[in-house]
Order: sequence, then structure tokens, then C-alpha cells
Amino acid sequence: MKTYQIPVSNTWWLKKKSYFFFVIREMTSLFVAGYCLFLLVFISKAAESQQAYTELLVSLKSPVSILLHLIFLAFILYHAITWFNLTPKIMVLHIGEEKIPDGLIAVSIYIGWLAVSLIILWIIFGG
Amino acid sequence: MASGRTYIWKRGISVSESIELEIFRYCPEKDAEPLFKSYQVPFREDWVVLDAINYIKDELDGTLSYRWSCRMGVCGSCGMMVNGEPKLTCSAFLRDYSSGKIRVEPLQGFPVLRDLVFQMDDFINKLTEVKPYILRNENGEKQVEEGEYLQSPAQLAKYKQYTLCINCMLCYSACPIYALDSEFVGPAAIALAQRYNMDSRDQGRKQRQEVIAGHEGIWQCTFVGECSVVCPKNVDPAAAIQRAKVSSTMDFFKGIITLGSKE
Repeated sequence: MKTYQIPVSNTWWLKKKSYFFFVIREMTSLFVAGYCLFLLVFISKAAESQQAYTELLVSLKSPVSILLHLIFLAFILYHAITWFNLTPKIMVLHIGEEKIPDGLIAVSIYIGWLAVSLIILWIIFGG
Repeated sequence: MASGRTYIWKRGISVSESIELEIFRYCPEKDAEPLFKSYQVPFREDWVVLDAINYIKDELDGTLSYRWSCRMGVCGSCGMMVNGEPKLTCSAFLRDYSSGKIRVEPLQGFPVLRDLVFQMDDFINKLTEVKPYILRNENGEKQVEEGEYLQSPAQLAKYKQYTLCINCMLCYSACPIYALDSEFVGPAAIALAQRYNMDSRDQGRKQRQEVIAGHEGIWQCTFVGECSVVCPKNVDPAAAIQRAKVSSTMDFFKGIITLGSKE
């Protein structure tokens, strides 16, 4: 039987706000991966020599580096927050017949995030 | 795209009390490409888009083809794109579209047969593949005299949401993954598989896994989440798919721990 298939344009993700924000969320993975690579470089420099490590620290203080860090921070925060907000859909828990409300699951993850962040800050600045 | 003749209802209803419907028309015998035809339909507070389409069919142009049945959001037949959004037209009120013009197209992502009627064979085949019914192991079937399979309200609560699916296919239409790769098993079929997987009376999960965890199954889903947004029954297929991913991942780790030995 003859049918007509409506074509999908390459710009489908620009046609709906939700599609656009979804594509942005997918793209932020690149920033997460990129920063992981940077951390590996950071560790290898630290292992290499005191001088290499100091040079890296100096270069990190440049305006370009700070700007890049801010850009990465924005995208990685977007990544983390959108995924945290989606977690209640994945983690569906019941107590008897009652479903634990989505908000409660999301809030508990944010509290966990805060706790881990505080521990890291304590290690860096307090310990 | 050329727009066809504009029809005006000439029974004492002025234009200001009417609303324009731009309808996707495609006649496989005549048209190489679809076209849009405009119709002026009386605007009534209590009319839904389906009422307006029925009006066109009855009063203006009897050649228009579309599917509908219950007109109360239960049968899942009248799904169409209304101003670019997948909607059950029996639940989309004219009064909610203030622009004065409503564009109606067949559900996106499916081959169009005629006008607003699309081919649903692909969905029906996928639904069949996931075996959406209670399966028991070879020797797991109870004898009649042993009585029914009992289930507690808590066990029912685990999957009840997924039983509400009316197979309207709005979720497929909202899914960009399905639009780009029609092999993807898709939201409703996976949600229904999950409905039976989570049913305490069912033992068929392994049989469904081949399709669900296969190449075109859950791992194609990138969690756009639009399927759940458009679902008129709040089935939340996106959640069903993510939960199926969690279960499949657990299977994988269990497989490592038990070194792949069968239970």
C-alpha cells in the first residue's frame, strides 16, 4: 500500500523547547568528559615533577583558564542538576502501597551532593 | 504547500464566531505530496478538535479520512498532531487555541495512509513482540482447583500505573528517537513489557528481555522524556524504560558475580 513518510529535518531539535534542552543536556556530557581528561593531566603533572606541577598551577590562574573553568562549571552544573531532577523517575520506591514522593527522592540526592561537597571542601581547606 | 479551497459555513454563523482548521490532506491515488486545506468551523466553547473535524466531515467535506471512536479519552484512536503537539483530539478543546487557527496533522513518525490516517502496523508488531500478557514457566501454571494467583494491594501498586496505557501512540509520536530510527521498540511497548515484568504473577521477564534489552530496545532511549509529557493517561513510559535499564544493569552485575552460571 502506498504511504507517505513525513521527513524528519536535521533541525528537529530546534523545533521544541524540550528537545532543545535535551540536546543541550546530552552535549554537556562532553564537558564532563573533558574535565575528567583535564584532571588526569593534572594528576600526571603532579606525578611528573614539582616544577611541572607549579607551572600548571600558574597557568591555571590565567584569565583564559578562569573563563574556561566558569564555562565548564556552568555546563557541568546543568548536567548534574538535570540528571538529579530526573532521578526520581528512575528510582521509584514504595513503602507498602504508597509511592515515595518524587520531591523527597530529589531532595535526598541534593543533600547527598551537599554532604560530599562539604567533605571535599573540608579535606582541601580544613584538614 | 498549496492550500486548497476555503470553505465557509453559510448558516447564519458569522466568521468571528468561527475558527480556521488547517488540515493535512493526502490522497495516495492522486497526490505525490500532501497538502493543507483550510476549513472554517463554528467556534463553540465546549467543542474539542475532534468535534470540529466531525463537523468538517459531516457538513463541509465528506472525503476527509481520520480515526475516532469513543470521544472520551479511552479508546486511543483519535491521536493527531494539533499545532505540532501529539494530542488526543477528543480532549483538545478549541478554546485552548487562541491563535484563531489550528493545524491538524497525522501523528508524526508514522507512514501516512490517507489524510489523518496513519499506518500502525509497526506499533502493533512491537506490542506483540513484547508479549504483553501473563506468562508462566513451563511447570509454573497452576491447576484450576489450586485457585487463583493472589496478589496484595502493594504488589498491584508496583505496576498499576503502566496498566493504564490505551495504545494511543502519542508517545511514539513525541519520541525523536523513534522518528529517527523506527526499529526502536518504543515507549508504550516497553512500558507494557515492564507492566508484566513487575506483576508478581508473571514469570516471563526472561522471554521479554530478548526484545527489551536487545539492540533496538531500552538502550536506544536517551531519556528525552517527551513520551511521558504527552501521555494522556500519565503512564510515564520514560520512567518505565529507565527502570528497565536499571533491572538490566543489575542482571549484568549479577551475571559477573555468578560468573554467568544459570540459576
